Amino acid sequence: MNDQSPLQRQTLYDSRNFLIRFIDFAGSRTLNGISGLGSATMLVWETWSLAFRRPFQFKLLVHQLFLIGVNSISVVLISGLFTGMVLATQGYYQLIQLSAEGTLGKFVTVSVVKELGPMVTAFVLAGRIGASITAELGTMKVTEQIDALEVMATNPVKYLVVPRFLACAIMLPILTLFAIVFGIAGGYLAAIILFDMNGLFFLKLAQANLFINSIITSLIKASAFGMAIASIGCYKGFTISSAGGAEGVGKSTTGSAVTSLVTILALDAFLNQILHAI
Amino acid sequence: MIWIENLWKNFGNKEVLTGLELYIPRGETLVIMGRSGCGKSVLLKMITGLMKPDQGQIWIDGENITALTRKALNRTRQKLGMLFQSAALFDSMTVEENVGFMVAQHMKLSKREIDDIVAEKLHLVHLDGTQHLRPAELSGGMRKRVGLARAIACNPEVILYDEPTTGLDPITALEINRLIRDLHQKLQVTSVVVTHDMDSAFSVGTRMAMIHQGQVIAHGTPEEIWKIDNPVLQQFITNENHHQN
Repeated sequence: MNDQSPLQRQTLYDSRNFLIRFIDFAGSRTLNGISGLGSATMLVWETWSLAFRRPFQFKLLVHQLFLIGVNSISVVLISGLFTGMVLATQGYYQLIQLSAEGTLGKFVTVSVVKELGPMVTAFVLAGRIGASITAELGTMKVTEQIDALEVMATNPVKYLVVPRFLACAIMLPILTLFAIVFGIAGGYLAAIILFDMNGLFFLKLAQANLFINSIITSLIKASAFGMAIASIGCYKGFTISSAGGAEGVGKSTTGSAVTSLVTILALDAFLNQILHAI
Repeated sequence: MIWIENLWKNFGNKEVLTGLELYIPRGETLVIMGRSGCGKSVLLKMITGLMKPDQGQIWIDGENITALTRKALNRTRQKLGMLFQSAALFDSMTVEENVGFMVAQHMKLSKREIDDIVAEKLHLVHLDGTQHLRPAELSGGMRKRVGLARAIACNPEVILYDEPTTGLDPITALEINRLIRDLHQKLQVTSVVVTHDMDSAFSVGTRMAMIHQGQVIAHGTPEEIWKIDNPVLQQFITNENHHQN
């Protein structure tokens, strides 16, 4: 140690300092992550336990169904249509190399039903609904409206989270059905317009590969994505610090969309394994 | 009516309340004074059950609210009404829906009966005919008055005011002070007012308490408060009055 020059000692000191700061940073991030996951799980648990307990907030549920469903349908339909078109275009160029371009109808149908229908719908709603839930609840939190609800003896989870959670869980599968229909329609249009394929043949292959089990699996996944989007949106909104102000709401809204997207992908991988096993 | 016993609260290393003791008799309007960050609003949040103390008890009407289940706490909360500093009106609802919210949630009444209660409470705060306005269409003073109408909608036994005159012009602040006094006389409620506006404090309070370093350092009627020989208290009330003059 004494043989080291002052520069070497300084370098060693800096590296140790950096290592300690890195461990401190990683440790606090991990602890925050675990704590956040715990709080989010508690929120989901409380939501489930209150969802089927009286008094039911039917009016609020209908309002949320309208907001989430009716207002999102045009975006979902357009996204579904273009997803089908892109899928057919890319699929055609891959399949033609294997001389299997005739199976494009099967390729589009299976992909849209099993994966792209629920995923595209969930992605659209994560950006549109998840972020808006966070912004709305976050603003309520920083303006003390959630405190006001509690003081007025109204459980904010029952009043604010449960209707959004149920509406997302119900609406995601319905919107997914529309996305699937428009996805296949997009693939069909691309096939007959761009590649001059036989439309009837495309539709026959599509119909032959449209299995009820695949559709049910897809709708179960969509419902799980809906619950995840609503839970993350509500959790992020509820956990904004009252002192965070508009900046806090903005950060949480972005965080909500990003977390929802990552969660949807992770949940998809997990549910694929579970549902495949069943 | 409200008895606060040995209340402690820390935020990290910062000690906010350090064994605070306070008794608020029924029918009194107690003003809680103190510098910013001394724990006045924290105390109000604990009285409403929004925040739990680290140690100590709060008794409201014979019930220790720090030990209640959520369901029981919500029953006690129905005896309370609170005017928030920012009024905290639900901005997605009209004035009518805001004022009638608690009535609609907790009383089994018809729409017409709720409308009548809303009209009566709006009349008490001099805002007749504003039922269909939205919070965004109201001035600061009107928002506070709607908040007050909402706080009294279920005929509470206790009304809590968090900085009722903050952010208002002097004329509107006077109106709010007058309203607090009127409601106290008409409804015979117990009121707790948190403020550092001395004009408001001496205007509405029948009793006053000063919080400093997490404890009540002075407590009494406004006349007694003037006479208490405590340098922190005297500096606070004279400086505040000096600033306002």
